[in-house]
Amino acid sequence: MSGLESLYQQVILDHSREKHGFGLREGEAASSHQLNPTCGDELTLQVHLSEDGATINDVAWEGAGCSISMASASLLSDLAAGMPVADAPARIALFRELMRSKGAGVADDEPLGDAAVLEGVSRYIARVKCAMLAWVALEDSLAQLP
Amino acid sequence: MTVQTLPLDDTAVRRIRSDFPELGALVNGKPLVYLDSGATSLKPTNVLDAERWFAENFTAAVHRGAHTLAAEATEQFERARESVAAFVGADADEIVWTSNATEGLNLVAYAIGNATAGRGGAASAQFRLEPGDEIVVTESEHHANLIPWQELAARTGAVVRAIPVDDSGQVTLEAAAEVIGERTRIVAIAHVSNVTAAIAPVDGLVRLARAVGAFVVLDACQSVPHMPVDLHALDVDFAVFSGHKMLAPTGIGVLYGRRDLLNALPPFLTGGSMITTVTLESAEYLPAPQRFEAGTQRISQAIALAAACDYLSVVGLDRIAAHEHELGARLVDGLQQIDGVRLLGPTDAVARTGLAAFDLEGVHAHDAGQFLDDRGIAVRVGHHCAQPLHRRFGMTASTRASTYLYNTTDDVDAFLDALSGVRSFFGVSA
Repeated sequence: MSGLESLYQQVILDHSREKHGFGLREGEAASSHQLNPTCGDELTLQVHLSEDGATINDVAWEGAGCSISMASASLLSDLAAGMPVADAPARIALFRELMRSKGAGVADDEPLGDAAVLEGVSRYIARVKCAMLAWVALEDSLAQLP
Repeated sequence: MTVQTLPLDDTAVRRIRSDFPELGALVNGKPLVYLDSGATSLKPTNVLDAERWFAENFTAAVHRGAHTLAAEATEQFERARESVAAFVGADADEIVWTSNATEGLNLVAYAIGNATAGRGGAASAQFRLEPGDEIVVTESEHHANLIPWQELAARTGAVVRAIPVDDSGQVTLEAAAEVIGERTRIVAIAHVSNVTAAIAPVDGLVRLARAVGAFVVLDACQSVPHMPVDLHALDVDFAVFSGHKMLAPTGIGVLYGRRDLLNALPPFLTGGSMITTVTLESAEYLPAPQRFEAGTQRISQAIALAAACDYLSVVGLDRIAAHEHELGARLVDGLQQIDGVRLLGPTDAVARTGLAAFDLEGVHAHDAGQFLDDRGIAVRVGHHCAQPLHRRFGMTASTRASTYLYNTTDDVDAFLDALSGVRSFFGVSA
């Protein structure tokens, strides 16, 4: 697989178009707006929690940007649905480690589910921010929870 | 002087290319196709050599010290100023060294702010802004020719007003006449837009500004490197440009100002080398340009900028402009034949230089740029420091290909050929 094809795997291109979790709605526990000033990519993400506040029911988001930032938000939406709030920081940290791995990957990317297909981004330093956009928005949202 | 109007032929471009070491580079295993000179240009060996030659032979701070090296360095430094002044039709004492064009624009804006605060005595009264005075820019300005004026307005109570561009991204005199009025004190405009490539009607804008007694500040970043520019003939009050966009290193730029205005303007940065008498209470300042050159200067970079001007002059700015005009027309024609391309800027080749920014329907600029980079083709993606203009066109980012004297029609064709495969790669078209 060429560099470009490993960056833009079919599943990534599919997610960039299908955008799972796209669409904001009322009732969020927290939300965050993130902007990548170098390219103008923009994203607002909401966290919707279970009644007891222990589980992420789903993350909803809206935004505009490159295929990497859109696919990453979509993949995060799939991964986060049903995730215990307490588990989220470690997943975000693992994803960040994967993105900063410069192509080396991480020992165990299983906890990232399909989002691990974004590994190819880590070879392109200029694009890591694109992939991180939604994850930073989730991190920021969780930090606002009581 | 004979005026050459013939564009560069293939042999001439081949010879030019051999002077640019980076043009031999492989990027992602492909020969580099460099179409990002609008952001920063490649450097020829004579420029690189000039900087090294200076550093190896004349290391000394200028305008201070009496030893031989200091005197020789000062001599070289001032000779560079004369060369650069001649290159843009100005006199040497009208040329102020800056780090880049951005610093030049900030220098003017802060100096006017200082005048408004009462600095500079009677001579600077002409620059003082009153609340409600207007600073006029255009909708297509680079952020560097917008934000310093926003900040100046916020400090003084002046108001920034923008001349809207038309649907092709051009500034028309009709639109300008609607905005430039009796409260206008400053008109700050780009000579050539870094996004649309449109050449502004500077003569008409200067007339409109003169009629209401406003100063004209010209952002010449995208004109001075690419076409003959005579600042005296343009009759602007201030102008800025950056060395790194015209074959010189980063860290050197120029502020031009009319002699009487520069000498009436209070300083921006203060410190060593810009003074006559200093006491513990106050200081008196040298005339321009030294009053704007506080601290040890970018000396070897200035020498290198003069070498860059020499290089461009030997090739001939009129021939470079004609060459880029051809490449620009080829770019625009080719882009219009690719499905989903929406060009930002005029399609009329007469009104534009050799760059083209565009939107590719269904594909984000970053993705298009990544695809091109994989083929060794370097273009700019993003908002090109012109967010308001992109907003005007209803987008956040575009892709820009920009040419220079060392680009060939093959470069343009390689870019167009690669670009035509982008939408199908991303699954947007069959």
